[in-house]
Amino acid sequence: MPSPRTIAVAMSGGVDSATVAAMLCAEGHSVVGLTMQLWNQRRLAGHEGMPESVQGRCCSLDDVYDARRVAETIGIPYYVVNHEERFERDVVRPFVEQYLSGRTPIPCSLCNNHLKFDQLLIVAQQIGADALATGHYARVEFDEPLGRWLLKRPSDRSKDQTYFLFGLTQAQLSRTLFPLGGMMKPEVRQLAKHHGLALAQKPDSQEICFVPGGDYKKFLDAYLAEQGAALPDTSGELVTSNGEIVGDHGGIHNFTVGQRKGLGVATGSPLYVIQIKGDTRQVVVGHQEELYTCTLRVRRTNLISVEDLREPMRVTAKIRHRHEGAAALIEKSGDDEILVSFDQPQRAVTPGQAAVFYADDVVVGGGWIA
Amino acid sequence: MRRVYLDNNATTSVLPAVFEAMQAYFGRRFGNASSIHHHGQETRAAVERARESVAGLLGCRASEIVFTSGGTEADNLAIFGLTKPGQHVISSTVEHHAVLNSCKHLELSGCEVTYVSVDGHGLVDPDDVRRALRPNTRLITVMMANNETGVLQPVEQIGKVAAEADVYFHTDAVQAAGKVAIDVKRIGCDLLSISGHKMNAPQGVGALYVRKGTSLRPMLHGGSHERSRRAGTENVPGIVALGKAADLAREALACGELEQMSQLRDRLEQTILREVECTGVNGKGAPRVPNTSSIYFDCIEGESLVIALDLKGLAVSTGAACSSGAIEPSHVLTAMGMPPERARGSLRFSLGKQNTPQDIEFALRLIPPTVARLRELSPIYHHGFVSR
Repeated sequence: MPSPRTIAVAMSGGVDSATVAAMLCAEGHSVVGLTMQLWNQRRLAGHEGMPESVQGRCCSLDDVYDARRVAETIGIPYYVVNHEERFERDVVRPFVEQYLSGRTPIPCSLCNNHLKFDQLLIVAQQIGADALATGHYARVEFDEPLGRWLLKRPSDRSKDQTYFLFGLTQAQLSRTLFPLGGMMKPEVRQLAKHHGLALAQKPDSQEICFVPGGDYKKFLDAYLAEQGAALPDTSGELVTSNGEIVGDHGGIHNFTVGQRKGLGVATGSPLYVIQIKGDTRQVVVGHQEELYTCTLRVRRTNLISVEDLREPMRVTAKIRHRHEGAAALIEKSGDDEILVSFDQPQRAVTPGQAAVFYADDVVVGGGWIA
Repeated sequence: MRRVYLDNNATTSVLPAVFEAMQAYFGRRFGNASSIHHHGQETRAAVERARESVAGLLGCRASEIVFTSGGTEADNLAIFGLTKPGQHVISSTVEHHAVLNSCKHLELSGCEVTYVSVDGHGLVDPDDVRRALRPNTRLITVMMANNETGVLQPVEQIGKVAAEADVYFHTDAVQAAGKVAIDVKRIGCDLLSISGHKMNAPQGVGALYVRKGTSLRPMLHGGSHERSRRAGTENVPGIVALGKAADLAREALACGELEQMSQLRDRLEQTILREVECTGVNGKGAPRVPNTSSIYFDCIEGESLVIALDLKGLAVSTGAACSSGAIEPSHVLTAMGMPPERARGSLRFSLGKQNTPQDIEFALRLIPPTVARLRELSPIYHHGFVSR
């Protein structure tokens, strides 16, 4: 058994992080529970499409309540720390801006990079903890020969969250614990029950925590209205890949690459969104086969298992969370840019999403699709 | 683990003598003070004795005391009980939320409110209050002592402004009661709120002084309790406790106990300022209650410091207690012109009757190294040092 340490646990109010806290406590560590208050769920209440109260999501008072109950049950100190300002600056605004420029953002990765493993890790260290544990399904290991901290896929592949964690630096990984990396979700629920945690059967949350009901379009409207700004006019033309205008659209933020429904164009064969042009506000539509591409470029890269990409490397690349991964060659194509060349063409490469590279179970690194 | 409590502006412990006084009214003396029989008479007598004690603390008649469920209810009763739509109210930007949010609510229901600003020390200028007067001004409500900084407002001068203009004057004295002498005649107020749990009585009881002749509309409707100013069966154990706490507070003020507390506070404050760089006292240039010290620590998040200290056994706070545990930069400190970062790096130390010199030494052993650790890990601190 490892020697006892002081460990901060990022508690979301869900079963995973609660179980982590209970496990570490049972192992004899000195555990401190922390919940980040990131977004005031009542803030946009009253705007059209925004519910009056939001339950069962990160940062709702119910989740703080659940986390606090867990802390009481297992007998650990528990605190809520407020990072609303940073969250809005580093996650919410970029989320809005990305949609308005025709990209499809992933706020969870931004939150991990800028909040959980940055701000919260700093707080954890400031209050005397030497590590931060979370309920993510991933593994972190130090590789002696490489002299590097590795991020690896978890035992429960159906819960794999490594895609959202590709941005973690060596310094961050060195102070991070993912105690659920070797467990299957049903085991986690079992363990939660074993520890007497009332939320053992609480349903998993799947949505973006600050977008109630998952309707990001309504969120954009409400957020911009609250800022005293109207949704900018991002309407424009629907064009084919050879530039033929086939219709109009109400705003590029309504589209994502690969989308088929809601194009409002009737043709013989189904049409898909192939590309969104932020500068000309054109949405390019085309047939299924036009959705496939062999290459993509990522920027704002982060490498984990290697310090630098000195020569091309064979990897499995994932281009969205639910993508199963495809064989590819990655090579440096510029300063902080990597070119990804797939063996087989991939469907719906989406700017704003991340491409994350794997060598078997090990996360090599990743970047944001340009 | 040894634990030291320096958050007495959030709440205080019930003094043993107070607890003893109230205990009988949970058991043997259980009557309803409105009942005709012996049981009722017994509790009625206790309630009225407590009323006299509270009146003694505030320098008023017993009949001018209305017992409430606490400071918030007392503030609400004063503000909503006196005003009608179309009238004007003057308050300040540093009030407790019990007053501030009541005023915001008044604005929604057709009253106009002027929030007089404060200077860098947190003080309201009585001339600003005078200048804010309008023909339809009904009420001035300015606190006596601030909960975050302990700053004492010039309530006597504000009382004169109110008297000259013939408008009602309410003061929230929740953080002043038991810490400084209160005389409603000298203040010249028509209404004054106090809270039991800020002065060693339990949570759930408070009182409003209502000057004789003030026509106050009740907020709670029901029986004719509290001379028809506050319906509802009296919280007898709480009221008895408040009475006892008022007696003890008077004694403490008379025998110099508060001066000792002030010395402890000053020792804490001066040592922190000497041993920890980039710190300062908020509201230092103003008169303050003897138990409170609000100190800013540049380049740190007060929230993290509170947590770090709590894990080592020292209970302090960043300012007003908040139910979710999450904070906004203090409206009091920002109203004093402080930048939000400095406001967020401020801690409130508030002493109580039970604190000993050893408690202060304990705090002083913890604070400098804890602040140093926080700053070591703060990106802003290092950056700040380069640019300074």
